[in-house]
Parts: sequence; C-alpha cells; structure tokens
Amino acid sequence: MKPILRLTICILFVWTNLANCQSKMVPIKGGTYIPLYGRDSLMVTITDFQMDVYPVTNQDYLEFVKKYPKWKRSQVKKIFADANYLSTWTSDIELGNQQEMLAPITNISWFAANDYCECQGKRLPTVDEWEYAAMANKDLPDARQLETYNAYILGWYEKPRTFNNEIGSTFKNYWNVYDLHGLVWEWTSDFNSVMISGESRKDVDNDSNLFCGSAAIGATDLMNYAAFMRYATRGSLKAKYAMKNLGFRCVKNINQ
Amino acid sequence: MKQLITIVCSLLVIFSFSSCKDDTSDITGDEAAVYQCPMKCEGDKTYEKEGSCPVCNMDILVISNQKKQISNNHEISDESIFNLTTNWNTEEGKVIQLEDLKGETLVMVMIYTTCKAACPRLVADMRNIEAQIPKANLEDLNFVLVSIDPETDTPKRLKAFAKENFMDGEQWTFLQGTVSGVREFANVLAVKYKQISPLDFSHSNIISVFNSKGELMHQQEGLGVNNKETVKTILELTN
Repeated sequence: MKPILRLTICILFVWTNLANCQSKMVPIKGGTYIPLYGRDSLMVTITDFQMDVYPVTNQDYLEFVKKYPKWKRSQVKKIFADANYLSTWTSDIELGNQQEMLAPITNISWFAANDYCECQGKRLPTVDEWEYAAMANKDLPDARQLETYNAYILGWYEKPRTFNNEIGSTFKNYWNVYDLHGLVWEWTSDFNSVMISGESRKDVDNDSNLFCGSAAIGATDLMNYAAFMRYATRGSLKAKYAMKNLGFRCVKNINQ
Repeated sequence: MKQLITIVCSLLVIFSFSSCKDDTSDITGDEAAVYQCPMKCEGDKTYEKEGSCPVCNMDILVISNQKKQISNNHEISDESIFNLTTNWNTEEGKVIQLEDLKGETLVMVMIYTTCKAACPRLVADMRNIEAQIPKANLEDLNFVLVSIDPETDTPKRLKAFAKENFMDGEQWTFLQGTVSGVREFANVLAVKYKQISPLDFSHSNIISVFNSKGELMHQQEGLGVNNKETVKTILELTN
C-alpha cells in the first residue's frame, strides 16, 4: 500500500508542476445577454469557454519572445507592430526599470497577442465573450445594473499607471477571473468588428461622434458610459497599434 | 521494489522541473556576409563568398552582414503583406500563400458570395476598374477577391461565383482562408467585418492596391466611389 501511496503523491506532484507551466484557466458558463453594442439582433449567446484567470504578464511575454525571436522588438515586422511595440523595455529581452515582472504585458499589438495565444493552443476572446465575463462582479454574473460595479470601473479610469500593478491585485469576479477591470484594457480577437452597421469603416467615425456626444443623447446611466469607453477605444484601434494600457489574456473552447 | 519506486519518483520529479524550461536555443542564424564589387560593375549583383569582381578585378567588399537585404529582389520588406504565412485555397483548388502572388500588382477586396447588398456593387467596382486597364497592363496585374466567410465559400463555390460574374479570367483570383487567417488579413487591410447571421456579414468596403512586393500603395473606401485614383495607381505600378 505504501509504495502506491508514494507513487500517487509523486504523480500528483509532477502533475501540478506541469499544470503551472500553462497559465491557469477557469470555466465560464455560457449564457445569453444583451451587450451594449454588438450584433444587430440584440441577444448574444455565448457557449461555454475557458478563460485565463489573469492577464498575460511581462514575465510570460518575456519567455515568449525568447522562444519566438520574431517577436523581439528589434525583429518584429512593421506590418505587425508599430513603433510603440515593447517601447518601454530596456532591450529585446529586458524589461524597463520601472516595470514589474508580474504586471500585465502592454505595448503589444493585436498580431502579437493573437500569435501568443495561438502558440499556447489558445485564442483571443471575442468581444462578446470578453464583455460577458467582464460584466460579473464578485457575487453576480451580471452586475451591470449595480452602481458599485460601474463606479469601480470609472474609478479605475481615473487612476494613473494601473498597468504597472501586479496581476491579481484587483477583485476576483463571479467566475474566479481576476483583473478584467482595474489594470489594463484587453485585446479581443474581433475588436475591429463592433460599431459597424452600414457600408464603410467611416461608420466608425460616426460612432465615435456618437460616443463623444453620448452625454447629450441620453446615456442615462453610468453603465453605458463605462462600456462606451471600451467600445469606443476598440473602434479606434488598428491591429498593429501598441498601447501602454492595452494588454490581453487568452481563452480556449471547452472541448479541445 | 521500494528502491525502484524511489528511483522512478526522483526521476519524475527531476523531469517535472525541467519540463517547464523550453528549449531556449538562441537562433543565431547563419548570417552569411554579402559581397559586392565596389565599382558596381555588375549593378546590384552580390556574391556570397570573398573574391574579385569578374569585370574590373577589384576585390569585392562586404556590403552587409545580414543575409537579408531589402535591395535584393527576393526579400520581403517589413511592411509587405507577404509576411502573412497562412494558407489559402484558390477557386481552382490550389493551396497557396500570399507570397505566391509576389511579382504582380495586386488589387484586393474582401467579399462573400452570399452577400446581397454591398458585395455585388463591390464586385462591380472591381470589374469597372479592370475594364479601365489596358490589356497589356493586365498581365502584371492580379485582382484578388478574399472571402470573409471561409466556412461557406469553398473553392467550388468561389469558382461558380467567378463564372456567374464573368470573372473567370487569369487575372482574377478568389481565396478561401481559415477563420483566423481571414481575421488577420482583414486587420492588415484595416477592413472591419462582423458576422450578423449565418449567411450575412457587415463589413467595410475597401479596395486595396499593393505593389509587386506586397506593400500597400492605395486604398479606396466606399461603394461606387470615383475610382480614378485607384486606376491611376494601378497604371503607375504596371507600367
């Protein structure tokens, strides 16, 4: 009996060690909800998926560029990342002085984020998936109506330099996911799909006008304002942009 | 028995520690030096080994330590769409990468075949542009229609669409990609799209012109807009 017990302990030990290599994920149970913007039909149905508990960190990303040199700052192709790509790093494989290893990676383009997730056998979340997971607070899967939930997000918008805080320093939400609000904004796979309803990408401009004038045209509650900010930002991004407050995390389909 | 288990255990533990470390073998790359005659007797011709110029007999000199040289015709610049490496199916059932389209001026648009509203007009715009290009220029020109609905638009379907729309000539290419490949491609073109229902997408209407190295030269936005600039760009590139 004793040897078997030992063996089991060993195997468990090995297993946990291996599991640590991949960042932790938790299941998000699907459902139907109405996003602020989105498809023309109002309801959006999300199927079950797994989401990274934390945003990808500087440390994670550093490992990634070491393994895939094409994503080093000096080697990245201009078509995949603009001049801000990893611009705060001291060198190709060194963070800047002020940067924490466990702070979320920022200053990366959509192409970089997308490739990172693919290399882990994962993918970026869709806008709808991200918004679905992010409408939870500590206790509720959909807390968007609560004043505290929205006040928290708006309070964060006012805080400077939150991108250099460590992961896990904000609250754990209903799905056991951390940091969806409070540290950085996050890339989504189809960030460029929202806010188009008609014929041309010029629509985006129309919609950002809408955003600018939102107070006047009846954004009746804070809920709209907090989310307006996210949607408007996404609408203004291009895939090669790298911004200092824009990071990402990955998701995975459940049956893979 | 006990000993064996202890050994197995310790091995496993060691293995578990090492498993996190991925082979971080630094790619130094074989950075072969490139040599060229200082007098450029043979134009931009380069050599991989030391020696002397066959024309003027001067020693050839190192011009770059890097294998990659932008002046070299085989190279792809940083801003070229040929940096995208996903696979595409053509309407003829061939599997290609964008780089296989190198050497010709490319006029690209994103459409889907079940589209009822905007795409027929976009396709008409493409045909309209093509009609304004002299025959001689068409040889160096490729009109590429990329499907934003890779699940529905199979090569067979694209071929049928090409025939229906009289776009079955050599200068027309239709591409089916993967969902992620198409998203990536759209991001390069700054084309926005979203699936609204299984057979319907909203999307921006952009026709893009690339030079033979895959660098974006011109974009025209909107439907039925004046395509004078686009045609002018194409003519400049193909002359």
